[in-house]
Amino acid sequence: MTRIVTVETRDLEKSAKEGGCGECQTSCQSACKTSCGVANQPCEQLSK
Amino acid sequence: MIHCYQFDGLNIVLDCYSGSIHMVDKVAYDMIQWYETEPAEEVIEKAIAKHGITRDDAQECIADIDDLKTAGKLYAPDKYEHLAKDFRKKNIKIKALCLHVAHTCNLNCSYCFASQGKYHGERAIMSYEVGKRAIDFLIENSGFHKNLDIDFFGGEPLMNWDVCKQLVAYGREQEKIHNKNIRFTLTTNGVLLDDEVTEFANKEMHNVVLSLDGRKEVNDRFRVDYAGNGSYDRIVPNFQKFVAKRGNLSYYMRGTFTHYNIDFVNDIKQMLDLGFNELSMEPVVTDPSSPSAITKEDLPVVFEQYEELARLMVERYNEGRPFTFYHYMLDLTCGPCIYKRIAGCGSGTEYLAVTPWGDLYPCHQFVGDEAYKMGSIYDGVQNLELRDKFASCNAYSRPECKDCWAKLYCSGGCAANSYHASGDINGIYEMGCDIFRKRIECAIAVKLLTSGLEQPGQKEE
Repeated sequence: MTRIVTVETRDLEKSAKEGGCGECQTSCQSACKTSCGVANQPCEQLSK
Repeated sequence: MIHCYQFDGLNIVLDCYSGSIHMVDKVAYDMIQWYETEPAEEVIEKAIAKHGITRDDAQECIADIDDLKTAGKLYAPDKYEHLAKDFRKKNIKIKALCLHVAHTCNLNCSYCFASQGKYHGERAIMSYEVGKRAIDFLIENSGFHKNLDIDFFGGEPLMNWDVCKQLVAYGREQEKIHNKNIRFTLTTNGVLLDDEVTEFANKEMHNVVLSLDGRKEVNDRFRVDYAGNGSYDRIVPNFQKFVAKRGNLSYYMRGTFTHYNIDFVNDIKQMLDLGFNELSMEPVVTDPSSPSAITKEDLPVVFEQYEELARLMVERYNEGRPFTFYHYMLDLTCGPCIYKRIAGCGSGTEYLAVTPWGDLYPCHQFVGDEAYKMGSIYDGVQNLELRDKFASCNAYSRPECKDCWAKLYCSGGCAANSYHASGDINGIYEMGCDIFRKRIECAIAVKLLTSGLEQPGQKEE
């Protein structure tokens, strides 16, 4: 592909099969306390 | 659904449902957008006319786009809506508590969402007995979760520090008995942050959130004591000593920006100059009629600031002096799974706030609002209707999110922000959405600009 570079990202469809363990940190506990999202939450399983 | 945007010469294509990110040249940038709704032949003709490329070239690009489509990395369909249908109601376990150990504060910040720590009630301190019962309650209701989070919050938790330390000791004892891993967090304004607290926190606290708004005049506009004296000169040396001893352990220097300092990148620069590198800066949460509230008219400047912040991060990264900004932290390969992306922060279900006397609320931002009292650490969650409402509140519960490309980054947004803006946790806080989308665009741009990857066609441009 000369015009497109695809960046490596987590496959969300695959994560529907392998994810959902719930061990990740609750988003708002970490830093914002007023307007959190989840995008910056690491996966507890994958980021070990 | 795709979202295409440009940032400092980068052409970026996000594929909402696969989570894929593509860097493309100008030709592909147009063709990918046209091809979402138009047939291949028309897209090819338009690309030839606009960009002066050959037919073979245009056809090759269409073939590449088709390959990505087949691989599920472009125009991926939404396959997750069914997951959002009550999947969290099935087995709700609690994994995090925000312990309000002190509904009182030694600062008197007028913009405080917690009304100077009192949460619109009386001043109060959590007893060891209440805190101990809260830890038992958490463990009893945590089910299969091994990792549990407890935040010492207030008000100012260091005004009840002895109890915090006793509760850490109790938690350490109980986690062994029950095979759990408790991660404690402390959020402090720094006034009482001394060597003893530092030593204990560095041993026991998984994360410490330090409150500072940046420049002295900005910090001291709101963060004042009861005599009206600014806190900057007292807290900054405490924070510097603390961070010097923190080593590689996690902390955040967390600021709030308001209408008065929408040039908040200058406050971030001040934090950097003071030697802090793990930073968070949040838009103030306050009544829209307050003079400190961010207004719609402020948004263009706020957006410029987020862009400037992104450039500053890239610049410092290239100079070997990187820093972290909480909302720009993205782990593209090891980020959250689709369940987390749909469900969001867990407020009202797996995350609850505990008042000094043991009442339960969906999160710290609802404390003091009687309508949102969920139960107590003694009787458990009693308001199951409310819990179900929070369990159903996710990336798919708001009609406004249906066509939003960012919904799997924000999970539909903060329930408390939605409630305060619209009166309903399933409403939206429109300005918060605008800010969130801008932050994600910038966050992804920073990741790409520091990835070492080169955008196709960049050299010619």
